[in-house]
This record gives sequence, structure tokens and C-alpha cells, in this order.
Amino acid sequence: MTVERVLPTAEAHDLIDLVRELAGKEVAPRAAADEATGRFPREVFTTLGRSGLLGLPYPEEHGGAAQPYEVYLQVIEELAAGWLAVGLGLSVHTLSCFPVAAYGTDAQRAELLPEMLGGELLGAYCLSEPHSGSDAAALTTRAARDADGYTVDGVKAWITHGGAADFYTLMARTSPDGARGISCFHVPAGTPGLSFGEPERKMGMKSSPTAQVRFDAARLGPDALVGSEGEGFRIAMAALDGGRLGIAACAVGVAQAAFDAAASYARERRQFGSRIADFQGVGFMLADMATRIAAARALYLDAARLRDAGRPYGTQAAMAKLFATDMCMNVTTDAVQVLGGYGYVEDFPVERYMREAKVLQIVEGTNQVQRLVISRAVAKG
Amino acid sequence: MNIVVCVKQVPDTATERKLRSDDKTLDRDAADGVINELCEYAVEEALRLKEAHGGEVTVLTMGPGKATDTIRKALAMGADKAVHLVDDALHGSDALGTSYALAQTLKKIGFDLVVLGSESTDARTGVLAAMLAERLGVPQLTFSNKVEVNGETITAQRVTDYGYDRVEASLPAVVSVVEKINEPRYPSFKGIMAAKKKPVTTLGIADAEIDASQVGLANSWSEVVDFAAAPPRAAGTIVKDEGDGGVKTADFLASKKFV
Ligand SMILES: Cc1cc2nc3c(=O)[nH]c(=O)nc-3n(C[C@H](O)[C@H](O)[C@H](O)COP(=O)(O)OP(=O)(O)OC[C@H]3O[C@@H](n4cnc5c(N)ncnc54)[C@H](O)[C@@H]3O)c2cc1C
Repeated sequence: MTVERVLPTAEAHDLIDLVRELAGKEVAPRAAADEATGRFPREVFTTLGRSGLLGLPYPEEHGGAAQPYEVYLQVIEELAAGWLAVGLGLSVHTLSCFPVAAYGTDAQRAELLPEMLGGELLGAYCLSEPHSGSDAAALTTRAARDADGYTVDGVKAWITHGGAADFYTLMARTSPDGARGISCFHVPAGTPGLSFGEPERKMGMKSSPTAQVRFDAARLGPDALVGSEGEGFRIAMAALDGGRLGIAACAVGVAQAAFDAAASYARERRQFGSRIADFQGVGFMLADMATRIAAARALYLDAARLRDAGRPYGTQAAMAKLFATDMCMNVTTDAVQVLGGYGYVEDFPVERYMREAKVLQIVEGTNQVQRLVISRAVAKG
Repeated sequence: MNIVVCVKQVPDTATERKLRSDDKTLDRDAADGVINELCEYAVEEALRLKEAHGGEVTVLTMGPGKATDTIRKALAMGADKAVHLVDDALHGSDALGTSYALAQTLKKIGFDLVVLGSESTDARTGVLAAMLAERLGVPQLTFSNKVEVNGETITAQRVTDYGYDRVEASLPAVVSVVEKINEPRYPSFKGIMAAKKKPVTTLGIADAEIDASQVGLANSWSEVVDFAAAPPRAAGTIVKDEGDGGVKTADFLASKKFV
């Protein structure tokens, strides 16, 4: 079912129409087949780039489309409803552009952003490591400075688009000083000393490559540094505030797709002489699903509007990520239930949605970490 | 090269399409209007020819006020400007009337090449390109799956039942395209924004020197006498393969005189 959207401008409606067309014709139809083989649909991102969708929330002067987060996130939601690998991929790409866009020098922005935001390049965001996940400030990948740049050694883990991206936004240690010893770098693919692990064999979202990114005496010039030395952790966290809203929007999209499948099935399927949608036990389940989806959408949009208004929104972003992804797990599980045995097999998409939902409770801060963020804000008062 | 691409707004094939009971014309309010699919291929081909040879692409549509959506779509894909022929007197024109009205408009606005989709998903007459060429007195290269322009010469590969014909003509000419010719681009978000600022000229029948007695429902040479919904498709025949599925299928086809 088409989601009724209240958007701030006529151009935002045109944008959503374009995205719906792309999602319907270029994204959703490929999802099942590519997920079955784990093929990464690079060409879909090229199509998104040609349509000008790879830099939506960034300024036009740098190749972006100057859209508020409120609109950008609804684009993510529509794409994720078609195929999570694409919706989440666009969210990660947009996240990986944030450091240069927000903290880069004028020269870096002028040189890098047109291709990152207005071209067809794809980005990756490298924070996690094998031994540093939730405790991101414990990362050990080292960037040692010398006269003409940096030498990077270490391993980044779980990197979305690892091996497939055109550039890598890297957080690495430039001093032993905990969170204050981390710096942010822009690393183009093809940098000598950069290599990749085999893609992880995941439970879902198999078409989105997740791989280790390895740095073996990789050489970076001095202008690879984004922001100042030691500012990296702050940049990483600021990027994640926005990224979490992207994940919340993905969760709402996947849940909406699962709900739509379950609702239309329940209107058709008959048992005991009635449509199963008319059994209160099923009907109430559908009512709860619809209500939770609407609540999660309202929550991420509320956080987005705070961000668009230039107000602090980190806590609200954590709430939206927490609520929307738990909701998505819940709704997709119920969608499988509504379809009964048919929900458990690959002939219907709902088992895929359920497998996809799980990852959203883990990425960009597990939901325990979101509770940590929210509870700290509460305790601080 | 001055390329004019004719586009038509049609009811969305994904929705239920209806005829009006009063005058037996298409009920345009019953379904969403979308750009006819083959017209997108025509726009794409026009844009590619422009990109290769320079010039300008003008969109021409004849249709009611709400056909502007279809014009915007073509402009968003990259066409430079548009002409919208809109007049109540045109309502209900058949293919002959439509070709006359479009030909008059084309004479008015000028062209080196006219590109059309080979048919529309609503009326499906598939004759408009030929009629238009005839009325304009220029060569027609219809049902093309490949088009090349070389100076003043246009070459097309024309799809036939047995393969294709290579046909050649001098410009100005009329070309109609089939879907194999290309893969239409999606408009970009920036293209959609830019389309809002591109010029759209609206012409009525007087502006295009169209004689009112040759257009409209009352002056059509063809008449819809009656119509009925297509009967629902009958259940098919299922052949169960018990080692002899091939023979049974062949027997079935033979019984229907397909083989
Ligand atoms: C498909 C996929 C794609 C990913 N893409 C990226 C990417 O592009 N870039 C990137 O940098 N990372 C990426 N990640 C990594 C992801 O962000 C981490 O997996 C996540 O942050 C959790 O880290 P961890 O896996 O090391 O788990 P751990 O941190 O080891 O956590 C294990 C468990 O302990 C809990 N826990 C940890 N600390 C606390 C605490 N203080 N209080 C309560 N509970 C706690 C966690 O919630 C979790 O349940 C991706 C992961 C996956 C699965």
C-alpha cells in the first residue's frame, strides 16, 4: 500500500514519486533473486547516482540536493521497503560522506564532494574492529604520522560495502589518548596497502557485502585527514547520530513491506469459511502492527525535524533507532505468523524481511547501546 | 537538428480502464494518466540523437489539461521545451482527426525529424506515424528498432515479421520506434526541478490553424458503436507429465491447429 506522506515541499513530493518509480521498477523486482545468490547490485547504486540520490541531505553547491532530513529519510524508507540492501546501502553511503561534508576543508569539499554526492561513487564507513564494537573508542587501527603523511596499520571489521566501495571513511588512532586519540581519514579505493576480507556469510541482507577492511602499511597523504587530529571520535559519533535515523527509516520500510504482505494475504486467505483477516486473533495482530509502524515513523520524523531545525537530536535519534528496529523485528515476526506455513518459506518475502530485521537491532550501535545513550541523557537530567 | 517528439498521456495500464457510457470515449477520470510507455522510448531516442548531433528536442502532445504531467515527465528526462495542443474541440478525435491536428501543429512549429512511439496502450491503432508522414508529405520510417542520422540522411532498421528491413530516407522525416530500440533513462531529481522552468507553449485549434470541422468526436470517420468488457479468461488446460507430457502437449497444440 502506498504510504500517505506529508512532505514540506512540492519538490519533495516529486522526489518521492521518482523514488517510488525506481523502487518499483529497479529495486524490488531484483531483491529476491539477488538475495538468494548474495549478489551485490552495484548497478542499482549507479542508477541512484544518475538520478541524483546519492547526496540528498547535502548542499547543492557540492553536488547534493539540499533536502532536509525529514525528506531524505523517507526516501531511505521507500527504498528499504523495496530492498533493505539498497536502503541501508544508501544510508551508509550518505553517512560516509558526512565527515568530509561537515568537517572537511573548503579544498577537500571542492575536490571530493562533487563525485561523492553528485556522481556515482559509493562510500563505506570504517569504525568497528574485531575487538572494538560497542566500545568503539577502544579501536586500535593506527595512523602514524611522518613528514609526508600517514602510514595506516590495522583491521576494520563488519564494513558495509567493504571491497565494493570507491572510498572509505576511516577512524584510526593517531595517539594513545583514548577517544581523544582518534582521527578521521578519507581513503580512496585502490590506495596501496588496502585489502579486503571475504564477505561475511550473513543471516540476511546477503546482497549487501560486509567485509573486513585491512590496512597494511597503507600510505595516506597529509590531506587525507578530515577535521583535525584527535577530532575523529567526535566526528564518528556525530555521523552516527544521522546514521541511526537512516537505520530507523530502514526499519520502518522493512516493517511496512512485511505488513503490506501480511495484510493482503490475510484479506485473501480463507480458513473455517472466513477470511483470516476477519478472525479477531489475526485482525488485532494486524492492528498492532499498523499502529507500531505509524508510531515508529512519527518518532524518526520527529527526530529528523529537530535535526533540520538545528537543534540537538542525538537522544531522539537513539530513541527512534531503538524503537523502530525493535518494532521491525516484532512486526516482521508477526508477519511470518500471519502467513502461517507460507510465511516460513522463500516463496513469500516475509521470511526474508524477518531475517533482515535482525541486523537493524545490531548495526550503528546495538539497541543496548541506544538504551545506554538514552539513559545517560536521562541520568544527566 | 530540430527534433519533435510526440507523446501521449494514456490511462495507467496497471489500473482498471473504462470507456464513458455517454459518448463511448475514454474515461480519463477513471484512471491515473501516465506517459504512454512507447513514448518514453521515443523521448529517449530523440535525446540520444540530440546528444549525438546537437540541436533541440521539443515535446508535442495533444490532450486535455492534465496531460501537462506527461509533458513534465518528458521535460524531466531532458527535452528542452514543449508544445501542448489543447482544445475542447479536439475531444474524441479519431486517428485521422488526430493526425490532421498534429500535422497542422508540426507545420506551424517546424521540424527536421518527428519521433513517435509506434503505438499507444489505449487506442492501439498503430497508424498515427504513417498518417502523420502522409499528411506532412515526408518519408515515414515506422516500427524502427535502430535509427541513425548522417547529415541529411536517416537510416532505420524496421522490424518486420520476417526480420528487419533497412530503410533510408532524407530529412525531414517521421520515425516511429519499438521498445527494443533503447532503454529509456529515469529522470534525475535535478531534471525534475529543471523541467518546471522549461517553456511550455499552449496552443488551441485556432493557433495551429486547425479546421474545427475536421476534428472532434462528431467529425470522426470512425465511430465506436458498442463496447463490452472482455470476458474473463477461461481456465487453462493443465497437462500432467507422466512421462508422456511432451506427446500430450503436442496433441493439444495439434487439436487447436497450432502445429
Ligand atoms: C551486517 C553488518 C553491517 C555492519 N556495517 C558496519 C559498517 O559499515 N561500519 C562499521 O564500522 N561497523 C559496521 N558493523 C558493525 C556493528 O556496528 C557492530 O557489530 C556493532 O556496533 C556491535 O559491535 P560488536 O558486534 O562488536 O558487538 P559487541 O560490542 O561485542 O556486543 C556484544 C553484545 O554485548 C552488548 N553490549 C556491549 N556493551 C554493552 C554495554 N555497555 N551495556 C550493555 N550491553 C552491551 C551488545 O549490545 C551486544 O548485545 C556492521 C555489522 C553488521 C552485522
